[in-house]
Amino acid sequence: MSQAPETREGPVVTPVRVVIALCLVAPFVAMLWVGSYAKTDPVFIGIPFFYWYQMLWVLLSTALTMIAYKLWQRDQRARSAAKGGASQ
Amino acid sequence: MNDGVNGVALAVFIFFFLLVTAMGFMASRWRKAENEHSLDEWGLGGRSFGTWVTWFLLGGDLYTAYTFVAVPAAIYAAGAAGFFAVPYTILVYPLIFTFLPRLWSVSHKHGYVTTSDFVRGRFGSKGLSLAVAVTGILATMPYIALQLVGIQAVLDVMGVGGGEDTNWFIKDLPLLIAFGVLAAYTYSSGLRAPALIAFVKDTLIYLVIAVAIIYIPIKLGGFDEIFARASEAYSETNPATGAPRGATVPGEAGQWTYATLALGSALALFMYPHSITATLSSRSREVIRRNTTILPLYSLMLGLLALLGFMAIAAGVKVSNGQLAIPQLFENMFPDWFAGVAFAAIGIGALVPAAIMSIAAANLFTRNIYKDFLKPDATPKQETQVSKIVSLLVKVGALVFVLTMDKTVAINFQLLGGIWILQTFPALVGGLFTRWFHRWALIGGWAVGMVYGTVAAYGVASPTQKHFGGSSKEIPGIGEIGYIGLTAFVINVLVTVVLTFVMRAVKAPDGVDETKPQDYTADAGDPGVQVELPPATAGSSH
Repeated sequence: MSQAPETREGPVVTPVRVVIALCLVAPFVAMLWVGSYAKTDPVFIGIPFFYWYQMLWVLLSTALTMIAYKLWQRDQRARSAAKGGASQ
Repeated sequence: MNDGVNGVALAVFIFFFLLVTAMGFMASRWRKAENEHSLDEWGLGGRSFGTWVTWFLLGGDLYTAYTFVAVPAAIYAAGAAGFFAVPYTILVYPLIFTFLPRLWSVSHKHGYVTTSDFVRGRFGSKGLSLAVAVTGILATMPYIALQLVGIQAVLDVMGVGGGEDTNWFIKDLPLLIAFGVLAAYTYSSGLRAPALIAFVKDTLIYLVIAVAIIYIPIKLGGFDEIFARASEAYSETNPATGAPRGATVPGEAGQWTYATLALGSALALFMYPHSITATLSSRSREVIRRNTTILPLYSLMLGLLALLGFMAIAAGVKVSNGQLAIPQLFENMFPDWFAGVAFAAIGIGALVPAAIMSIAAANLFTRNIYKDFLKPDATPKQETQVSKIVSLLVKVGALVFVLTMDKTVAINFQLLGGIWILQTFPALVGGLFTRWFHRWALIGGWAVGMVYGTVAAYGVASPTQKHFGGSSKEIPGIGEIGYIGLTAFVINVLVTVVLTFVMRAVKAPDGVDETKPQDYTADAGDPGVQVELPPATAGSSH
């Protein structure tokens, strides 16, 4: 096989990567802190807070993962462009 | 509770069952490749699945019939505590975003079919690889058995399967037929069969949930009414425990349990062989990352589904076996034909994961026991043959398990399986990021975690069971009640770290690492990476 042109160099921790990490960690903080949402009020269309809040977090965490994914793609492209090698 | 056979529902159910059976057999001709006798082909669908197929396959795989029956059943039984499944599936996706692409890349580069393949390649240890493989098989078997329990619940409510006094053969005949058919098309079509059937399954499930979540609350007078009636039911004292049956919001004491169950289950999910099989069958690592952004749609569905547990209470469904609560709710609320659609959704929902699980367990056996220990010079064709036969044996084993033993045994083992499978996390995920852990230390940590988890689970009593009465117990040193699997996992990691220092100090041989750092980030289309894997490269590269 041809030699693998290895791209991943430069500083490991960059501002973009910190944002990515925060996006991925946020759901853990929110969901594991059960005390913050173990209550009935406010009720939404008859559903206690406890339930609709967690379902809301399904959407929030999806959005966060999507942001992380986009940022990561951009980060990788920037890195391979910086290396000047790969065309994609 | 069975007042005869529900003919219309049964007819609809049989229609869908025949449909997916035909699809299962035709699947072998879908996206067919040249080298059909390699394990890559049969066991990973040629590793060719794109974003949408992978989405359906993973969704069909992770959200099983048992999930559909058990999550609302847990809510029906005890309220809020059962809802942990939702945060659990929320946490899964950031986790797999982080580590699965690395596993995909290294597997693609070295032709790994199972997690044990990777562990053996990374740590140069057949012993560790065997430990991971055996754990995987042990944890998967009861999971397959539970899929059968899911089908049984549906058949029971439809009134087929007869009463207590029916001859056992007549009683179990429908289940035997369903599984015979499943076994036949898995054997002939491999992973392609569940991938194709997953389309039908998920379409039906989404349809049923969408209708149920709108139609049933309207019939019951809205969510206000549903929750009011549910909290009333939960506050009644359970004569067996002397405590209230449950609550609509977890109390102070239950919060540790809730959080540790969510976290531990999330960590464990992608250690299961069937999740990995579905992941490795995708075409590129991008497919996996993209999937983490669309898979949560299933979590949303799961949340809505869980609410059905409250509706079952509000609708006055009274069942002694909680597993029957949801099928019975459908039977009571829906017109017959739509109840049939709902039952078909659950039934097919059992077939897809059962097929993938049996394939995954078979791959583990073939690659990491048969080839590593019994017949090192097996050809790809022999490997495929062995895998096919083992997938049959695994299913027969699960069937015997369900038919001969009490249902609680399957549930107990499933509970243990979750605790066990989590103990392979340090070797697998640790190995994906660092080679620092020593292979023997990992074996030590795994063994301690397994023993602690098993002993601790054995010691949990419930009002109805002396042992294996639940999955949570006091966490040593903290004093709160937490998920045993997670406690065992933490102990496992501690032991692994300490032993690694010891091994390094005594200069124990480290084993050969056949992977290189860049293998973990390689993608299809990257320079130096072949898009197509050579036929069944697996194992031939070292």
